[in-house]
Amino acid sequence: MSAVSPTSLDAALAALTADTVVLAGGTDLMVEFRTGRTRAENVVDIWRVDELRGIAAEGDGLRLGALTTCAELVRDPLVRERAAILAEAADEVGAEQIKNRATLGGNLGTASPAADLNPVLVALDARVELVSTQGKRELEADAFLRGYRETARRPDELIGAVLIPPPRKRRSAFRKVGTRRAQAISKVVVAATVELEGGVVRSVRAAAGSVAPRTVRLRGLEALVGQQPSADAIAAAVRAVDVTPIDDVRSTAAYRELVLRRVLVTMLGRLCAADE
Amino acid sequence: MSEHEFEVNGVRRTVSADPLRRLLDVLREDLALTGTKEGCGEGECGACTVMIDGEAVNSCLVPVCQVQGARVTTVEGAGLESVQEAFLEEGGAQCGICTPGLIVMTRAWLDTCEREGRVPDEAEARRALAGNLCRCTGYGKVIASALAAAAEGGER
Repeated sequence: MSAVSPTSLDAALAALTADTVVLAGGTDLMVEFRTGRTRAENVVDIWRVDELRGIAAEGDGLRLGALTTCAELVRDPLVRERAAILAEAADEVGAEQIKNRATLGGNLGTASPAADLNPVLVALDARVELVSTQGKRELEADAFLRGYRETARRPDELIGAVLIPPPRKRRSAFRKVGTRRAQAISKVVVAATVELEGGVVRSVRAAAGSVAPRTVRLRGLEALVGQQPSADAIAAAVRAVDVTPIDDVRSTAAYRELVLRRVLVTMLGRLCAADE
Repeated sequence: MSEHEFEVNGVRRTVSADPLRRLLDVLREDLALTGTKEGCGEGECGACTVMIDGEAVNSCLVPVCQVQGARVTTVEGAGLESVQEAFLEEGGAQCGICTPGLIVMTRAWLDTCEREGRVPDEAEARRALAGNLCRCTGYGKVIASALAAAAEGGER
């Protein structure tokens, strides 16, 4: 085993090599190391890189450091105001002990298909800021999450921050379905945002976890844009959603698909209910 | 191997260990603080709960390199006596493996309630202790113990 614990962003970036394993809060990786699924070699522990912490307003949006913990997302008033479903999802990630350690950047970097925060980031049109010694670049969360535990991060990059755009008039919702309320890995997890204008859908962005090898943007629902969100229109859009769930120890493919569609119908129905 | 310096229950410690060695193993094997128990080793059961700088964590998921300069509190630490008493009086323990984790988590919960000005009630207790599994399934008395500790003002 080997690990270094740099205390500045420059030192952390300088320590990265082609096969570096980046360690943040450890809630996933410490188990991976122990079981041997991930080799505990060439580990760069970024926990003490303070430049990767902090929650700040950016215009009417938010800038969230990669090491922001779930507990911080839950209790931060600015996050609750501008990205309520992110705080809500962070609260349901796991027990208090997990929330105190699990990070936003870790959720993204691990790219588990069952990650609870990632569907929220896609639904909020969040952008992922990647930093390297060469500079910075930004990617949409949806483009960053490429496949099963696979991201667009290059080996010489770290996730620096997550940028959440201003909420505008978007309504949002989050729903996690697990075996129990606390401390369960999702069977199905869904997040959605909807913006209405004059009774017509102006934008829809929804994403789900645990129903495909990666967090999946539910593009089928985006056909609602420009339509009046009648029950029939919502039902048709939900039918057009394409997912590929699997049978595993936590649930079955059939259950996941059924629950996903039912959650979506209810969620979109509520989000599109008559303008206040 | 590298040197790691941190505080455990108010005592400064220096440990020479692999940086990825679990805090749980450092506490139990290197520092002979065997009050902290290993349950699942995967962050699911809460038996190994300790506090780092006042926040509850699963010590099986924390590498020792991440506690450099931090304050670690285990079930042996000061400030947990009133919670221990409450668990004794209410019979909040059966086989005992989960008990140290439950006691530390209860302390962390009461501290959070006090810090955030929240009133500790049963719903909050159930929520706070949701990550601590008891396979003897003695949850009724565990919750009663946590509430008894709260009723005593949760004092340290």
